[in-house]
Amino acid sequence: MKIKVWINDKAIATHIDGDTMLIDVLREKGYKSVKCGCDTTNCGLCTVWLEGRPVLSCAVPAARADGKHVTTLEGVAKEAEEFGRFMAAQGAEQCGYCSPGLIMNVLAMAREMKKPTEKEIKEYLAGNLCRCTGYEGQYRAIRNYLAVTQGDYQLFGKGEVIEGVR
Amino acid sequence: MSDKKKYIGKRVVKKDAMALLAGKPLYTDDLAPADCLIVKALRSPHASALIKSIDTTKAKLVPGVECVLTYKDVPQKRFTNAGQSYPEPSPYDRYILEDRVRYVGDEVALVAGTKEKAVDKALRLIKVQYEVLEPVLDFRKAKDNPILVHPEDDWVANCPVGADNKRNMCATDGFESGDVEKVLDECEYVVDETYHTLANNQGMMEPFVTYTEKDAYGRLLITSSTQIPFHVRRIIANALDIPKSKVRVVKPRIGGGFGAKQTVVSELFPAIVTWITGKPAKMIYSRKEVMVASTSRHEMEIRVRLGADVSGKIRAMDMYTLSNTGAHGEHGPTTVGLSGHKALSLYGPVEACRFKADVVYTNTMPSGAYRGYGATQGIFALESAVDELAHKMDMDPVKLREMNLVHEGSIQPAYYNEQFNAVALDRCMARAKEMIGWDEKYPFKDMGNGKVRGIGAAMAMQGSGITALDQAAVEIRLSDEGFYNMMIGASDMGTGCDTILAQMAAECLECDIDQIIVHGVDTDVSPYDTGSYASSTTYVTGMAVVKTCETLRKKMMALAADVLKCPEENMEFDGKKFYSLEDEKEISLSDLATQSHLGINEAMSASESFCSPVSPPPFMVGMAEVEVDLATGQPEVIDYVAVVDCGTPINLNLAKVQTEGGIGQGIGMALYENIQYNEKGGMINNSFMQYKIPTRLDVGKIRVEFENSYEPTGPFGAKSIGEIVINTPSPALANAIYNATGVRLRELPMTSEKILKGMMENGRAQIG
Amino acid sequence: MYTIRTYKRVESLEEAYELNQKKTTTILGGGMWLRLGSRQIGAAVDLSGLGLNTIEETDDAFIIGCMTPLRDMEIHQGLNQYFQDLIRDSLKDIVGVQFRNTATIGGSIYGRFGFSDPLTALLALDTTVEMYKGGMIPLEEFVNMPYDRDILVRIHIRKDGRRCAYQSFRNTRTDFPVLTTAVSCKEGQWRAVIGARPKKAALVEGAKKLPAKPEKQDVDALAKEACETLKYEDNMRASGEYRKILTGVLLNRAVETVCGGMDHED
Repeated sequence: MKIKVWINDKAIATHIDGDTMLIDVLREKGYKSVKCGCDTTNCGLCTVWLEGRPVLSCAVPAARADGKHVTTLEGVAKEAEEFGRFMAAQGAEQCGYCSPGLIMNVLAMAREMKKPTEKEIKEYLAGNLCRCTGYEGQYRAIRNYLAVTQGDYQLFGKGEVIEGVR
Repeated sequence: MSDKKKYIGKRVVKKDAMALLAGKPLYTDDLAPADCLIVKALRSPHASALIKSIDTTKAKLVPGVECVLTYKDVPQKRFTNAGQSYPEPSPYDRYILEDRVRYVGDEVALVAGTKEKAVDKALRLIKVQYEVLEPVLDFRKAKDNPILVHPEDDWVANCPVGADNKRNMCATDGFESGDVEKVLDECEYVVDETYHTLANNQGMMEPFVTYTEKDAYGRLLITSSTQIPFHVRRIIANALDIPKSKVRVVKPRIGGGFGAKQTVVSELFPAIVTWITGKPAKMIYSRKEVMVASTSRHEMEIRVRLGADVSGKIRAMDMYTLSNTGAHGEHGPTTVGLSGHKALSLYGPVEACRFKADVVYTNTMPSGAYRGYGATQGIFALESAVDELAHKMDMDPVKLREMNLVHEGSIQPAYYNEQFNAVALDRCMARAKEMIGWDEKYPFKDMGNGKVRGIGAAMAMQGSGITALDQAAVEIRLSDEGFYNMMIGASDMGTGCDTILAQMAAECLECDIDQIIVHGVDTDVSPYDTGSYASSTTYVTGMAVVKTCETLRKKMMALAADVLKCPEENMEFDGKKFYSLEDEKEISLSDLATQSHLGINEAMSASESFCSPVSPPPFMVGMAEVEVDLATGQPEVIDYVAVVDCGTPINLNLAKVQTEGGIGQGIGMALYENIQYNEKGGMINNSFMQYKIPTRLDVGKIRVEFENSYEPTGPFGAKSIGEIVINTPSPALANAIYNATGVRLRELPMTSEKILKGMMENGRAQIG
Repeated sequence: MYTIRTYKRVESLEEAYELNQKKTTTILGGGMWLRLGSRQIGAAVDLSGLGLNTIEETDDAFIIGCMTPLRDMEIHQGLNQYFQDLIRDSLKDIVGVQFRNTATIGGSIYGRFGFSDPLTALLALDTTVEMYKGGMIPLEEFVNMPYDRDILVRIHIRKDGRRCAYQSFRNTRTDFPVLTTAVSCKEGQWRAVIGARPKKAALVEGAKKLPAKPEKQDVDALAKEACETLKYEDNMRASGEYRKILTGVLLNRAVETVCGGMDHED
């Protein structure tokens, strides 16, 4: 069947099978930031936005995206880079494989919630697995990012926040 | 060089960080050509069976299917997939495909086709008749069982590791110093307990992915997510029975490895497809395949006997490890040694010390390398037993450790009589106590709301590379305008070694880190490196960087002297220019680089190799505060402090994140990750839906600090950090749970149910 | 590997119903676990064009379309205020936000899965499912009906002034539950549900006999009854025996929450 999807505000028409998932269309069209980590909707690596909401693209039938807007990391590159600098400053990207999915969900959270608490942050991001970091470095990066972009946060102790990335 | 360091011990951002964070197409599957054949495997539903017949006729007729391979189509020559230096200690016990399957998930046939759907259809159409055999599933019953996992006559062990396939033995190991039985007899206090750790999956986020193609010279070009490019080259050539010169391996960015990618997994199958068809091929493991058909941590059962005198001095230590290597022997003979050597060496040296081990084959998923590599299992057992000894003596377990822990300068019989030149274990302990408030919190606090909080401690160590075996070469070239190309064979798998090694080079060459352009890994281009495993990269490859820089400096000085026409001994180099104060002459690095490309007969390039006669252990102390719900038994990690002695941490950020990440994984192993098999030998927890690695809600607060020592044989005093950091959570949490509840769990994972069961037995449960 | 021959975004429920009379047809909810199966699906029917993704509040009920994502219910102020966070508590631990943004309540309830949190929660309320042909069916009846070829259209939750609370036990925070419980009390009449035993959620009959303000021994007796009358089993997450112990613990906690809420209102 034929579908037309707005990917990062660009209209893309393509032929799909009935069982094609959104992730397959995205990767085929060159949006390689979208990764598949588990096949069972548990890891969050394939997170993209569908009409602005973070979803697991491995479990969204591509047909369901027909006529809708999909946003991948490539489509929010500037914001992603801004947050990315905080991640890099902590060394929290490590292998980087889970980063695109995490970033998509962090940016969605920042839009949905103002000044979230530690508990709210961790609950919102619980569906984003990472095997490298133990999550602490990511959390430092997220807090620093929110502190700068949303203001009025208790920052980490002196020396914890590092200057921007060269 | 000045003493003030510009890059060493600093929080330098990884060179590839922003590209990774931008989601750039840098990983294996992102780079694979679009026209790759898709390769998939038909996998055995039986734990042990012989293939009586296999009919691929219908499968081959599916449109789009390029080839279907069975054991009839591949060389019948045994090899091992273990990523180890030749001759591998792991037995040669597998073919690419065989007429015998040895575990549920074992490869039966391969299908390659242009479309995934065609391949799936063809897989369904392969008709296999099995003669189902009785499997050996319980590793406690494997040794000398009449049922053999490897009855074949062409099975071969290349090293004297005590292997015997006719007894289901993959290896035996052991040593003794002093008379353990005699000393134990004399001890006032003795503990004798047995501990059990399960197989764990490494759980890196990127699965096994490889694509293969033929290059312009008809050679096999393998691009793969691997920690061991050079071993892959050798193993693939052996397996395909082709010359090594016909194989080239490239490693792009890797989405995590943790040891899983220290074994050949996805490489062989597309390789043989490309070799046979001449067409590019790609294989991506599904998560289920990662879980059931790669290699996991070795399941071990470890008996520990400890003896102490009345004052608390530990006089004798004895460990026996039974290790389950599963259906194949990858890393079987080598992991087991660490369960003894890298646990026992935390103490003493003690009067008498013994270690014995058996490694057995079973019809379960093969075991292999996973961060910690046996030390994790041994340290869980030993550090639990040390607490049990302390409690028997009614002594604070930290005090018992302080009395007995190993000190700088010790020569350790349990560690091949190596001398420990850098040990800050005592300082780690002191600082960890302070951080968590040990003296105020030990042993537990009743929170008054049906919950109790206990604290527990554990020590750990590892090595830094494999003694006198791991070897790394580095090449650095001076290039235009004075930047440097640094070629390494070490595999950055996300840990940041490209950056860490560049920090060292920039420090040695006194230049900006952006002047160091790192390239790795391409076996046609990179200098030889055994690979990124055994906690070797910072220490072994790091020293190769330092040595190479020294040589290159000398060569550049000589060239500068020649160009400036002044005596070489007058020359100095400050990273930017070469100058002679005596001769009042100078030339910039940039100009020298230009000169070096203008009619010079000497290449401005240096390459040095390093292999260490020792493997200096890093040390650490982990302390956990755990809250247990007295009604459900549920443990919650409240606070985890870790103080690490990795010598000199080269990159503070990355060392810290390594530690936090290792502890996170260790918490998963300790509390949640629960591999279970059904009665037929099929793994039940074969996905992230059923095998629960921790989320960010499951790890609690992790706080990390460093107590530096200075390792004289390492680069800038560095030892390793990659593996040690997974070793403390299991014992520290077990000890904390005991201190909170009085329940001693000797088997992992320590689930709520097990804790509650224990509390119901000891009367601490509050269920009504 | 699952396959879908045709993907059909229907224009009406009648069209969906007709397609669904074929055994090879599947009505898609969120589609979360499509890839887990190896089903050969003829027609996959997508209801997402029918405007069934809303939560409507009337004077006496919340009416929730079958295609409403779990996340919408989780953060719906009206629902959570009215039912004292029961809905949120029953949904927030399910995998992650992204999952709950696509998983639908229709899929969750129609599936009647053993591990279902929302099934447990909604059974404690006065919930009715609206089936396309079958009409209005009380959830407690629906839960035990055989799977048929009808379509679940909406869920109606009556606003009857009920106090309620939800408790689940999980080995890790976002895992499937080891046990779920929901209790509610309306004018002294209690209702208690136990799910994930690992069998699907069921009401405990004896809850009807609980006094308006139960003592601990009353709840313990109820838990005992649940353990004796409902089927408990082992699975890879826990044993049936452990689940029985948790039944008492979670029931007590849920009842306490409800009583505490009532005291607060007094």
